[in-house]
Amino acid sequence: MAGDYPKVERVMGGPAGWVSILFPAILFTYFLNLLPEVVEGPVTAGFDWVPALGVQMSVLLDGLSMMFALLITGIGTAVTLYSCHYLGDHPHYPRFVCYLLMFMVGMLGLVLANDLIALFVFWEVTTISSYLLIGFNADQASSRRSALQALLVTGAGGLILLAGLIVLGSIAGTFRISEILTQGDMIRAHPAYGAILILFLAGAFTKSAQVPFHFWLPNAMAAPTPVSAYLHSATMVKAGVFLMARMNPVLGGTDAWFWILILFGGVTAVFASVMSMRQTDIKQVLAYTTLMALGTLTMFIGAGTHYAIMAGMLFLLVHSLYKAALFLMIGIVDHSTGTRDATVLRGLSKAMPLTGIAAALAALSMAGIPPLLGFVGKEYMYKAGMDLPGLGAIWVTLMTFAASALMFAAGGIVAWRPFRGELAETPHHAHEGSWPMLAGPLVLGALSLIFGLFPGIPGHFLIGPATNAVEGAVHEVHLHLWGGINMALFLSILTFIAGWLLYRNHEGIRARLAAFEARSPIDFDAGWDRLLDGFKDFAGWLTGIVQNGNLQRYLAVTFTTFAVLVGGTYLVRGAFEVGPRLIQLGAHPVQWSVLLLMIAGSFLVVSTTSRMTAVAGLGVVSVGVAMVFIMFSAPDVAITQLLVEVLIIVLVTLVMLRLPYLPPRSELHFRFGHAIIATSVGAVVTLVLIAMLSGPFDRKLTDYFEQTAYPEAHGRNIVNVILVDFRALDTFGEITVVAIAAIGALALLRGIKTRNTGNQNGSEEA
Amino acid sequence: MQSLILTTATRLLVALLLVFSVYALLRGHNLPGGGFIGGLIGATAFILYAIAASVDEARAALLVDPSNIAVAGLGAAAIGGLASVLAGKPFLTGLWLFLGASEGGKGLPLSTVLIFDTGVYLAVFGGILTLVFALEEET
Amino acid sequence: MELLLAITTGVLTAVAVYLMLSKNLLRYLWGLVLLSNAVNFVIFLGGRLTPGAPPLIDEGDYAPAGEVANALPQALVLTAIVISFGLMAFALALIYRTYMTLGTVTSTEMRIAEPRPRKPESDE
Repeated sequence: MAGDYPKVERVMGGPAGWVSILFPAILFTYFLNLLPEVVEGPVTAGFDWVPALGVQMSVLLDGLSMMFALLITGIGTAVTLYSCHYLGDHPHYPRFVCYLLMFMVGMLGLVLANDLIALFVFWEVTTISSYLLIGFNADQASSRRSALQALLVTGAGGLILLAGLIVLGSIAGTFRISEILTQGDMIRAHPAYGAILILFLAGAFTKSAQVPFHFWLPNAMAAPTPVSAYLHSATMVKAGVFLMARMNPVLGGTDAWFWILILFGGVTAVFASVMSMRQTDIKQVLAYTTLMALGTLTMFIGAGTHYAIMAGMLFLLVHSLYKAALFLMIGIVDHSTGTRDATVLRGLSKAMPLTGIAAALAALSMAGIPPLLGFVGKEYMYKAGMDLPGLGAIWVTLMTFAASALMFAAGGIVAWRPFRGELAETPHHAHEGSWPMLAGPLVLGALSLIFGLFPGIPGHFLIGPATNAVEGAVHEVHLHLWGGINMALFLSILTFIAGWLLYRNHEGIRARLAAFEARSPIDFDAGWDRLLDGFKDFAGWLTGIVQNGNLQRYLAVTFTTFAVLVGGTYLVRGAFEVGPRLIQLGAHPVQWSVLLLMIAGSFLVVSTTSRMTAVAGLGVVSVGVAMVFIMFSAPDVAITQLLVEVLIIVLVTLVMLRLPYLPPRSELHFRFGHAIIATSVGAVVTLVLIAMLSGPFDRKLTDYFEQTAYPEAHGRNIVNVILVDFRALDTFGEITVVAIAAIGALALLRGIKTRNTGNQNGSEEA
Repeated sequence: MQSLILTTATRLLVALLLVFSVYALLRGHNLPGGGFIGGLIGATAFILYAIAASVDEARAALLVDPSNIAVAGLGAAAIGGLASVLAGKPFLTGLWLFLGASEGGKGLPLSTVLIFDTGVYLAVFGGILTLVFALEEET
Repeated sequence: MELLLAITTGVLTAVAVYLMLSKNLLRYLWGLVLLSNAVNFVIFLGGRLTPGAPPLIDEGDYAPAGEVANALPQALVLTAIVISFGLMAFALALIYRTYMTLGTVTSTEMRIAEPRPRKPESDE
């Protein structure tokens, strides 16, 4: 894909590359140094972020966040090192580095946050940056579609999660996670527990791609391979798992939690494993195995016993190590041979032996073969599954068995078969990868082996503290490679046999699955498209109704809303009142005549078909208005009104002569509906005015202006003092509006005459 | 519209209206008047001139393009307001200087408020003339 | 008188709204002018009516002697008048320009952005 762009000469990706490698490497070292301290107990620190909202940028570093932080920075280092070679000559490589580091920071912030709101912010940072990363090859439509899909699914989940966070925070009385973690009993007994649980799980399940929200994850393969490696192993999809693990002391331990998680997790795990058999693209096979891992993790977090949590945490580590290695390995293969088709690739170990070793280590761990860490993980999962009470034990054990067997087969498809046998023809001639690309997979594969041989190391430093953090209790954890001859070992052997059979027959299974899929009515991806299309159609339909481009309808809706809302509110509140002062209709005959004149003028405007008569009617009304101002002691206003009236008449007359005549009386229908709207608005205005005039009058501002106008502002005309001194900022805004209106009108009118000389020959005489 | 009466009367009226508009502006702080009213009166004077003679002649008499006057008015108002910022007071606070103040009277008052009001006058005057001239010329 | 002016304001508003609902933009514009007058009355009435006492301070006094009209709504209305003039003039320029470009002042016939579909069902 990078070949489409002009090559840019950069050594190791240039400065962007070095920064991107050093950043996670330094952080990794830093966290590694803190490890002994965290093994003893959680560390918290922080400062106020948004004090007004009580949001704190505080850090909670316990076993769980430590394990995540190490995975994020450690695998991050491998991924950045890898991508400086994989994408280093891509013209947008620096942009890629920005996205990747932003993603890393978001993920780190998420796992370290000790504040629910901060957690949410970082959660969304990962959503947005994953969108940018998945859509990195933005010139491909499929890439953009996948990115948008991931954004919408995880973004929607994030919003639901926010609601859950807010409810949880308000019940607990604090948004600080370390304080909420101690209030588990109170929250589980709270009536809102069910709501919180569903809101949280909606967020976690979308992020961690549980069925039925799983479809975005295989599509996210559109991202460059190192991004896939990162998204699938240590980050993004693990964010949902992290959330469930983090909230386990608060939300976990109930029947609802138990059954929802083990059912969704189990179904996801098995469904995904089966789907992985269907794929031919080895990257897609791996994508589905990630779903399987996520389902398994969800299941074990839901199971909630000490053994289950420990098995879950162990499997988290196992999966991160082998998944990152495998993805990076696939990237090398793809880079080197130009294909990822499982049906084509054969005999690569001859051309690329080191890649083969890394792949073999990772795949053995994935298949759960001793002495790799994957074997230890599988043993503990079986033990934990059988340890559960009642039906749960059967379900979890069965699901684990099915998923593990299928995983064994998938491991074979991805990392065994392509390297065995005779070297097959590929688009490019296969050759070994460069050291920056090989370093990550080799180290990660080696870790799977070392940790498998000495499981006490990860047990003491990572799994134990993480398990304690998730459980909210303190247990000593000892991991063993060899657990003796027991039921778990027996199940492991059965798994290998089943897995081997599946692997031998995987081509037949794939064909059957493909045929089944073709007939299956359920297609999540197509369903997603239909959902989006439905949204678009709905939006189009709604816009067509609300914004149909008809000015009349807009105004009718606006005025009706005004009349109904304002009038309705007054009516419901019983606010319409007529004060005793208002009852007397007494007015001077001059006043009566002015008012009647205005009403007559307005009726003239409405009823005439002559433009000039209408303008005259407007003039009558305006003069009446000015006279009212004069009668009631507003000389400044009256003068302004009269002057503006003169200007309006001049302007309207100037323009009117060049505009078409009004429609003749025969076309001037009386619109009954419009009249009703108009009358209601008028009536509401009058009633509101009467209610207002009946109420008491607050003279505070007026008194202030009257008392200070001369002593402080040195003016005897209070109106003018208000305009240019007390409220001068308003006036400043208003003259700005006048100037803008003038300039806007000038821009509208300029050049009309020269353009329209052909069709306009209206009289120049005004 | 060439009317001898109008043309003749206009010459007198325009001058009168302009003088009156400045008068309205200056007395505005103590008696009815002020920048808005003064600007409107001044604009009316030139519109009358434009109708009686022609827009071109009115423009010529005005010397400056009315849209420039409007923007200059905004500038003057802003300066009037910013003066108080330089004096360490909030934007648009009035600053006063009374020339020849004595026991009995305040003397001749000069103020940033007057600058501001002059800005209002110019903005209204220029803005309205821009509008009217545009509608008259371009239509 | 306040009651009478309130009723007058209501009538002016009703007429203005009726005019603004017209599809002829000239009638719409007149409605706009009438509506701004009515709104000015609403503001003015909000400060109550005081006949025969403009808000001026007599020479020699430091505050108005006796009750004078409320100055605040007057200041608001004064600027509102000038603003509504600006609005009216701009609307007028807009209508004129529209007429020059589209050849109509009937709002329902202005469909340059969304041309009327030839047949209702061929909406795609």
